[in-house]
Amino acid sequence: MSRDTEKRSGIVEVSGKTIVPERDKDRPLVLEAMHLGIDFGGLTAVDEFNIGVGATEIMGLIGPNGAGKTTVFNLLTKVYQPTRGTILLNGKDTQGMTPASVNEAGIARTFQNIRLFDKLTVEENVKIGLHNHIGYGMFTGMFRLPKYFKEEKKAHEKALELLDIFDMAGEADVRADSLPYGAQRRLEIVRALATGPKILLLDEPAAGMNPSETEELMKNIEKIRDRFGIAVMLIEHDMKLVMGICETIAVLNFGKIIAKGTPSEIQNDPGVIEAYLGTKKEG
Amino acid sequence: MDKKKMNPASKKAFMNYGLVAVFFVVFQVLLSTKNISSSLAGQLVPMVAYMIMAVSLNLVVGISGELSLGHAGFMSVGAFSAVILEAALTSGMDPSSFNKNTGLKIAVLVAAVVCGAIMAAIAGFLIGIPVLRLKGDYLAIVTLAFGEIIKNLLYCLYVYIDDSGLHFSLDPSSVTGTTVLNGPMGALGVKKISSFAAGIVLLFIILIVIQNLVNSRSGRAIMAIRDNRIAAEASGLHITKYKLMAFVTSAACAGTAGALYALNYSTIVPKKFDFNTSILVLVFVVLGGIGNMTGSLIAAAILTVLPELLRQFQDYRMLVYAIVLILVMLLTNNKKFKDLISNLFKKKKAGEEVQK
Repeated sequence: MSRDTEKRSGIVEVSGKTIVPERDKDRPLVLEAMHLGIDFGGLTAVDEFNIGVGATEIMGLIGPNGAGKTTVFNLLTKVYQPTRGTILLNGKDTQGMTPASVNEAGIARTFQNIRLFDKLTVEENVKIGLHNHIGYGMFTGMFRLPKYFKEEKKAHEKALELLDIFDMAGEADVRADSLPYGAQRRLEIVRALATGPKILLLDEPAAGMNPSETEELMKNIEKIRDRFGIAVMLIEHDMKLVMGICETIAVLNFGKIIAKGTPSEIQNDPGVIEAYLGTKKEG
Repeated sequence: MDKKKMNPASKKAFMNYGLVAVFFVVFQVLLSTKNISSSLAGQLVPMVAYMIMAVSLNLVVGISGELSLGHAGFMSVGAFSAVILEAALTSGMDPSSFNKNTGLKIAVLVAAVVCGAIMAAIAGFLIGIPVLRLKGDYLAIVTLAFGEIIKNLLYCLYVYIDDSGLHFSLDPSSVTGTTVLNGPMGALGVKKISSFAAGIVLLFIILIVIQNLVNSRSGRAIMAIRDNRIAAEASGLHITKYKLMAFVTSAACAGTAGALYALNYSTIVPKKFDFNTSILVLVFVVLGGIGNMTGSLIAAAILTVLPELLRQFQDYRMLVYAIVLILVMLLTNNKKFKDLISNLFKKKKAGEEVQK
């Protein structure tokens, strides 16, 4: 794509083909994937995946069903180990990391099919997110030493504070699996936020939400970005949400990026239109 | 903490402490007023030991969500470690003066129980490292094998005390001096130093430790891994660490139960802690409700005494247990079966209302 950089409102090119919002141009990229790829047996699910995410960028990853979007998330969070390529998190190679250690390093995610801890309460779900920030060990817990009460109180307050972002503090004692669908999605985001990430990966956060809930979610995603100063990368089929809040968008088809740019660039990209709608039969 | 502020989990925990306290008072009153048959009185310490076993297995099966079929193996490790330590500590003591010295008896009991718990925890750790990487059925099969391996190892272990101290040997012909552990014949001449009261104290300690663990940061992590392994990993939890924590804690508690159990009999054979015992404890857990500590306590208490009360049926005991286990499994795991039951009740209720 050889478009004029001036035409992108507030979006600048930093190095090579990487574009980030103007405010992030002097800060290092929070996440960088280079030549990323994975094969399942003989099938190449993702290939030559190159992206760079700015420190407080909201980036969208879209594409038709089966394009490999969730696979990309699974690669970034090490659920799958990549066959090829490198992932840099804050400039640090994540090679050989486990999903747990990559989370500690700063990537948190939600799942397309909601994965909550069903039998735990809403508050406990958030406390699992806070787990690595609660400072007491097994024996302190077993024998209820003073530190246990101090740290649990801190965690309780922090959990309620985080739940308050989505106005869920009132449901803190409800079991996670008895929450309505939309609330479960929101809880997943809160839990991911609780781990203290530098980048938040949201896999179809608006799936199953009605238009007003989606509207609310869009506001909240921007609120989260501003309040925590983190980057957000999201997979979504709801184009209103994607075009509304994403500053840059990458389009994936058959495991390869076919376009990268601002929302208006993507909307007018012939390759993207073809991938979504097919080509008109001549004749 | 006032009652209003207490969360449901701690309420449940305190209910269990209350239950054990009531249980203790009732049997202690029955004992002191001699309103209890001697065979039932003899079952009290094993009953408490099995209650500890049930609670400890519930930590693995209910809280951690892994099926372990070798829990008697850890009980066995605890039992024989305790017996050997007791023999080593009391060798050369005059039996009659030892029996009179209550303070010394308690000290030896504490040392033996701690030794049993530590040895079982070590066994749990060694087994847990490779085994906890397996899932589901595979884990169950390997733990089952572990229980059998421990039993067979004890079959060929000979321990004796002579003038130069404590000796371990695999060769029966080398045994001299006082035999402590005689291969398949088991431990002979164990001094009976455990008591009902000591058992209750241990049960209290173990309930406190396990319930506090469950309601702490680590326990939350263990349950989160049970509920959704992938999400737990994505939230930064190291799976093996927490699985191992639950497994080792549970093994240590089983070792404690084993020590308590073994020191209640003058002879104890390795065969006592075989597959049947593992299944028996699993039955307590399943019958009491997986993850439900109160249920485990009650099921263990009732099912330990029941065969004693129904002696004439004892030959069929294992048969009945098997059938009960199968039925309970069906009831709790089969959705159609559950729906059928609930439908039956619903229809009944609906019918009653129509008649009114």
